[in-house]
Amino acid sequence: MSILLNENTRVMVQGITGKLARFHTSEMVDYGTKVVAGVVPGRGGEKVDAIPVFNTVKEAAKETGATASLIFVPPPFAADSIMEAADAGLQFCVCITDGIPAQDMIYVKRYMMRYPREKRMILTGPNCAGTISPGKSLLGIMPGHIYKQGSVGVVSRSGTLGYEAAYQLKELGIGISTSVGIGGDPINGSSFRDILERFNEDDETKIIALIGEIGGPQEAEGAEFIGKHISKPVVAYVAGLTAPRGKTMGHAGAIISAYGETAEEKVEMLSSVGVTVAPNPAVIGKTIASILN
Amino acid sequence: MDIHEYQAKEILEEYGIKIPTGAISYSPEQAVYRAHEIGGKAWLVKAQVHAGGRGKAGGVKICHSEPEVLAAADDMFGRKLITHQTGDIGKGIYRVYVEGAVEIEKELYLGFVLDRSTQRIMLVTSGEGGMEIEEISEKKPESIVRCKVEPAVGLREFQAREIAFELGVDASLVQQLQKTLMGCYSAFRTLDATMLEINPLAITKDKSIVALDAKMTFDENALFRHPRIAELRDKSQEDPRERNAADRGLNYVGLTGEIGCIVNGAGLAMATMDTIKLAGGEPANFLDIGGGATPERVTKAFKLILSDQRVKVILVNIFAGINRCDWVAQGVVDAMENLDFTHPVVVRLAGTNVKEGKEIIKKSKQPIIQADDLMEAATKSVQIWQNL
Repeated sequence: MSILLNENTRVMVQGITGKLARFHTSEMVDYGTKVVAGVVPGRGGEKVDAIPVFNTVKEAAKETGATASLIFVPPPFAADSIMEAADAGLQFCVCITDGIPAQDMIYVKRYMMRYPREKRMILTGPNCAGTISPGKSLLGIMPGHIYKQGSVGVVSRSGTLGYEAAYQLKELGIGISTSVGIGGDPINGSSFRDILERFNEDDETKIIALIGEIGGPQEAEGAEFIGKHISKPVVAYVAGLTAPRGKTMGHAGAIISAYGETAEEKVEMLSSVGVTVAPNPAVIGKTIASILN
Repeated sequence: MDIHEYQAKEILEEYGIKIPTGAISYSPEQAVYRAHEIGGKAWLVKAQVHAGGRGKAGGVKICHSEPEVLAAADDMFGRKLITHQTGDIGKGIYRVYVEGAVEIEKELYLGFVLDRSTQRIMLVTSGEGGMEIEEISEKKPESIVRCKVEPAVGLREFQAREIAFELGVDASLVQQLQKTLMGCYSAFRTLDATMLEINPLAITKDKSIVALDAKMTFDENALFRHPRIAELRDKSQEDPRERNAADRGLNYVGLTGEIGCIVNGAGLAMATMDTIKLAGGEPANFLDIGGGATPERVTKAFKLILSDQRVKVILVNIFAGINRCDWVAQGVVDAMENLDFTHPVVVRLAGTNVKEGKEIIKKSKQPIIQADDLMEAATKSVQIWQNL
């Protein structure tokens, strides 16, 4: 097993006619992802490569049996697209879009609460690199070739640090069950805690790697959850030890504005619940390897 | 995006919040004229800079005559105000706000924030205004009253009333405070603010609730739907290096070290800074050149880094996912051939097309120092910097 995504997942791409979406759709198809539909309002009936385009998410889901979606819709309209996916009953949605207004995301999260937990769509992102279950399926913009299939569950706010971890692991001959990007925005779909819970229940995942950064409460919440509920070993790295207070470091959510939001404090909280913290990003792979052996 | 106090007050006044009579001035003479217009016997002369802690830093003066207003404003204009929030470089004072002084009976604290934990707008209040919120939560945590706003219905009047009673204001003022809270929420919600703070919110001797200070920060991702707010951007308050970068579509934060960094991805850029520090150096900047970086964009990044006089060594760290190492390598070579500089350059390439990238660097005969991983790149950069 892997989490969120496997070789049978049928995928639609919202905003498939855009340049970036076209490129990554073809990359995903090459990787083996079952991309069965695209959605662009007003472009229903067209095709992108061989993939049929529909006007609405509901129609695409009904006609193709797609249960997951990847969103490339521009920021002013992306929140609406996420709600459309949730309302169509999809199970999993990855939103790549960077630059969605934070208050729009508050409304998205509130809107999703109208569905009971078992029927509620799982959203990751926005502003994330996507999710990959190596050897099975890729839903996102990451380079598939740096991931090897295996038993490490990776969850990361940053895309490139997720790549860095995957690449280091592959060089050491270690593989990944699923790698989940939760994104760099202040209000996001899934938190570390949400993904940790899934990895804990996944048979294929033997060890979990958590890659955090400055800003926000989600590493602290993750640490608390690990202390209480996670039975598998967890390795972490937190970026931003040298980041100044009150400055946004690239990601909208990477800003130290409250107690507990610096890298040092996060490292301390994670260490205190038994997480092995890699001292620098060049040894994330080695740290995981040392625990696996 | 931050705006000035006087701009925040103008906005809040439109949402029904009372403010003291005041006016903006662009010269000491105009400040005196403004004081004369406002009338009364006492005025506050307030430096307009994008930073808190103005009072303690000498950026707010109480004056009792027009010559005093002139002297206070004259002292402020053109000067850099250094507060605990600005760092050593300070913020230039180019606008001064003149405001009629009011007689205060009690000071409250009022703030709205985006609470990332509950993913809601949160209202934070205290009966201990005047101090900064960090100080209040340290010294009088029991005085803080919080309230989460349910997005589907917004802030409700009963919530505003509950807060007013909990803060212990006089029953005759409850309705006025309620109106203030509702107005602030409405401004916050409508204009996509990420922070709104009124500190102090004063109850005056004549039983009026007045915003004596006001601070608002807006979500830059939402400025596309608020052109009027976008126009309030004041570039004079930004770090010139960051302003240049933002105008060129690069994501940059200036720091104080001497090793310049060019990296793709925000997380990796922070991690690169951290690794430099671990290796014994100090990063000069955060710079994320993003995905799909063309040779032109890499050259642009070089120009930006070189405009910082502090930089002595340049470290390029690329993990190419959607980027291509050959493009980045070409960009580095182009920059070294076409730009006039002698800084040592350390390059670490990994990921897509790494072989081609390394080949381009080798063939170019430029004195580029290559590294295979991040730690090696940082160590080499720091060693070179130490031996300069």
